[in-house]
Amino acid sequence: MGLLALFRRTPPSAHVAKERLRIIIQQERDKRGGAPDYIPLMRRELLEVIRKYVNVDPAAVQINVEREDGQEILEFSVALPEKAR
Amino acid sequence: MTEIIVVTSGKGGVGKTTTSASLSCGLARRGKKVAVIDFDIGLRNLDLIMGCERRVVYDFVNVIQGECTLKQALIKDKRLETLFVLAASQTRDKDALTSEGVRRVFDELTAEGFDFIVCDSPAGIEKGAHLAMYFADRAVVVVNPEVSSVRDSDRILGLLSSKTKRAEAGDGKVREHLLLTRYSPKRVAVGEMMSVGDVKEILGLDVVGVVPESVDVLAASNAGTPVILNEDSDVSRAYEDAVSRLLGETVPLRFIDEPKKGFFARMFGG
Repeated sequence: MGLLALFRRTPPSAHVAKERLRIIIQQERDKRGGAPDYIPLMRRELLEVIRKYVNVDPAAVQINVEREDGQEILEFSVALPEKAR
Repeated sequence: MTEIIVVTSGKGGVGKTTTSASLSCGLARRGKKVAVIDFDIGLRNLDLIMGCERRVVYDFVNVIQGECTLKQALIKDKRLETLFVLAASQTRDKDALTSEGVRRVFDELTAEGFDFIVCDSPAGIEKGAHLAMYFADRAVVVVNPEVSSVRDSDRILGLLSSKTKRAEAGDGKVREHLLLTRYSPKRVAVGEMMSVGDVKEILGLDVVGVVPESVDVLAASNAGTPVILNEDSDVSRAYEDAVSRLLGETVPLRFIDEPKKGFFARMFGG
């Protein structure tokens, strides 16, 4: 890594790869039977409701179902666009 | 007891056959009796990597269809006493492999006192890949630190946990291991390639080996000598370590860090 790399703005491509994989693999695992089958529909409907108020990107909505000690936790997160805040 | 290990990946060209050949040699070199079987029906290649392509008379499908005995089809390795190769058939008939036939061959190998059966899976998720993993006790998932390979291997993990005999019988999970190939510590250091830790975290698997990118792999396949037998190569050392870990030894990971550079090299690149 030379001096120039210190001023680089874009994140290293490996970091981008890791983030993309983390998301797509989680989604595909959910589809395989981890998550309940209403998740995709719920995701769409939630997105429609949110979009009545804020114009968010579909990719900014994340839904995860996690299991811990027999408990299921539904995690829902929306990244708001810069301007809306 | 005979242990069945499938070497699998989903994606093609990541190093399944290279890995099958080297792990089998490594196990045999430690005195284990090993049969390595090519499940890629129609696209036989393990024989070339093992360097025994001119000695194939009978193949896996011949055995299954009763056209020869298993003994006649097993090719004894010329370098290692306890290593045997079973070649894939070149037939275009996809249904030549049957679950019943594979089970019979495995039962016979078990009766013959083999310690390990290593199944070299074809790419994809079709019948050959399915049968290669179906009877497995353990799986070595070969992955390149690259997005499509990682994603495909996650598909394979899904199949291992649902479409195997162990999964169907509720007989405990297939033990899964991650083996990274074509790893470049230099590119990882500058953020151009995902690290062992990244891939491990995404897939949630324990790491059985990290094999560095090297010209030695092509040289070995050119020669028909499994790369683990090239004592001068880091690739050989990396596969040796993987064999140790498969046998339950604890060995620290090597070849994952770039050699340290001096101050000037770091400031001015290079």
